[in-house]
Amino acid sequence: MSDTALPALPSPAPRRMGHGSFWIVTIIIGLLVALALRGLGSEYGYFAATFVLQYIVLATAWNILGGYAGYVNFGAAAFFAAGAYTTVAMGKALGLSLLPCIALAALVGGALGFGTGILTLRLRGAYFAIATLCLSVVLQTLVVNWDYVGGSRGAYVLRPREVPWPFDGYSGLLCTVMVAMAAASVAISRTIQKSRLGLGLTALRDDEAAAEAAGVPTLKLKLIATSISGAMMAAAGAPLPYLGSYVEPNTAFGMAYAVNAIAMPLIGGMGTWSGPLIGAVLLASLQQAATVTISSAANLMIVGVVLVGFVCLAPHGIVGLFRGRR
Amino acid sequence: MDPDLALLLNGIVSGLLLGGLYAAAAAGLSVSFGMLDVVNIAHPAFMVLASLLVALLWAATGLDPLLLSLLLTPAFWALGAAIYVVYHHFFERRGDEAIQGLAFFFGIMFIIEVALVMTVGPDQHFADASYANITWRLGEIDLPLRMLVPAALAFAAIGALALFLRRTFTGRAIAAVAQDRDALRLLAIDPVRIKRLAFGISIAMAALAGGALVVVQPVDAWSGHIFIGRVFAVVIMGGLSSLGGCVLAALAFGVVENVTASFYGPSWSPAVAFGCLLLVLAFRPQGLFGRAA
Repeated sequence: MSDTALPALPSPAPRRMGHGSFWIVTIIIGLLVALALRGLGSEYGYFAATFVLQYIVLATAWNILGGYAGYVNFGAAAFFAAGAYTTVAMGKALGLSLLPCIALAALVGGALGFGTGILTLRLRGAYFAIATLCLSVVLQTLVVNWDYVGGSRGAYVLRPREVPWPFDGYSGLLCTVMVAMAAASVAISRTIQKSRLGLGLTALRDDEAAAEAAGVPTLKLKLIATSISGAMMAAAGAPLPYLGSYVEPNTAFGMAYAVNAIAMPLIGGMGTWSGPLIGAVLLASLQQAATVTISSAANLMIVGVVLVGFVCLAPHGIVGLFRGRR
Repeated sequence: MDPDLALLLNGIVSGLLLGGLYAAAAAGLSVSFGMLDVVNIAHPAFMVLASLLVALLWAATGLDPLLLSLLLTPAFWALGAAIYVVYHHFFERRGDEAIQGLAFFFGIMFIIEVALVMTVGPDQHFADASYANITWRLGEIDLPLRMLVPAALAFAAIGALALFLRRTFTGRAIAAVAQDRDALRLLAIDPVRIKRLAFGISIAMAALAGGALVVVQPVDAWSGHIFIGRVFAVVIMGGLSSLGGCVLAALAFGVVENVTASFYGPSWSPAVAFGCLLLVLAFRPQGLFGRAA
């Protein structure tokens, strides 16, 4: 267990970027990305970018629990779909637009994460993994049987016609929102990694009993991590209904989200804020390219093979390869 | 007889038969997850792989599906042994089982499913045994042979496995490796060899369960998903490494699911079953039939 993920390097103080400056740099990079996409202005460009960006949020969120604390969540799709269906239900019931829906989705996801954590986090890691898998099935059953959000037939969500000034279309708006969420999630992830919370999570990942004995409030930290991670995953899913104008349970709860959420941090390097970012950009772009050029079944195959290959041969991911060489 | 009572009785009886299928699926996992501590998430995927192979072979030869699954067991045993060798080499030896090992089996599951979709297609496949349309009747209670024969095969296989684990030297060594692998080394038994053998057995059980599954219902490449939760639920409720507990839990699980399906509609049955598992995990993690650690 000791070397399952990279230790958070206590880098020398002068070289370390403070939280404030990291947030500012992230905001600037986010703005640049948004402007570049606006300059490109193509509908497919927006779609592909939104696809990659939503995976950055999902992978980063998974990493907060899976990478820092070492608890594997197989139910990423459940949280993601919870976010998507919050948008559907709230949009239908209260007529809310996207941004309040994202906030509500984050609340729902956080509560869901907290609940799952309460039920299972006292147990060994494998039980938590299995419980999250079950959560996925239970939620899917509930949604399939819930006629208000379309049941198994799925639900249509109409994009608003009017788009505020700086955007050239609703896809552009969605994409910009996603850029903001991706930037925020990376910054949150780094802030957590470098804070006391991150240190505590790393300690309990390496040896839970020792951490507890040393005075780390393990259960509390794990619950905080599960809630934050769940909230971010649900927020990532909230724009999904607008992206395709249609959601149905089988795609929203699709295995692709769960497997990608695990594969991306593993490939990039777990336990660091940069790992999921690298993994998500690489793997999601690869999948977009494969979907366009080969077929959508092939792109899932690529994810599976890359995941197993990396887990076997480079267990610390791409970040680990570079650190090992130094 | 009161129609509601008849419905309930039929629900219970076919739930027991369904439980036989679940027991077959879970017995293999009880060996790998319960005894060897290998969290094989891909177990149901191996089962579905066997189901689809049986369906293809049945279409080609017309032999009995259960016989075909029995013929597949040596190949699946070898497959399981090979996968354990890889797992041991990359993860167990390094002590990395926890996260990387889980992700490894998750990836294997995904690869099997996508490979099946790409080769046999996403549609449902089935295999009709010669007795598939015969139903025995005991008063108001139906006993469809389509359910009864696979359940009987499942119980026979589990019985044989239990005898093997209790009576033979190798079987006892498997039970011992679960308790203390270092003590096994002192007896000059190689724990890795024993675990390889046992993991092969667990995958061979998955092949039998797959044969039983395809007789009971049509199977597509993704049918394994619903079984992941079911088999883990059964194994955990059964108290991990006890085959007897596993059978009892499987029967209970089958009855709960089936009675729910007959009274509230089949789309609700997974939620009830998984709800049970979540409750068991929360309040009695050592299983309904296990002893407190």
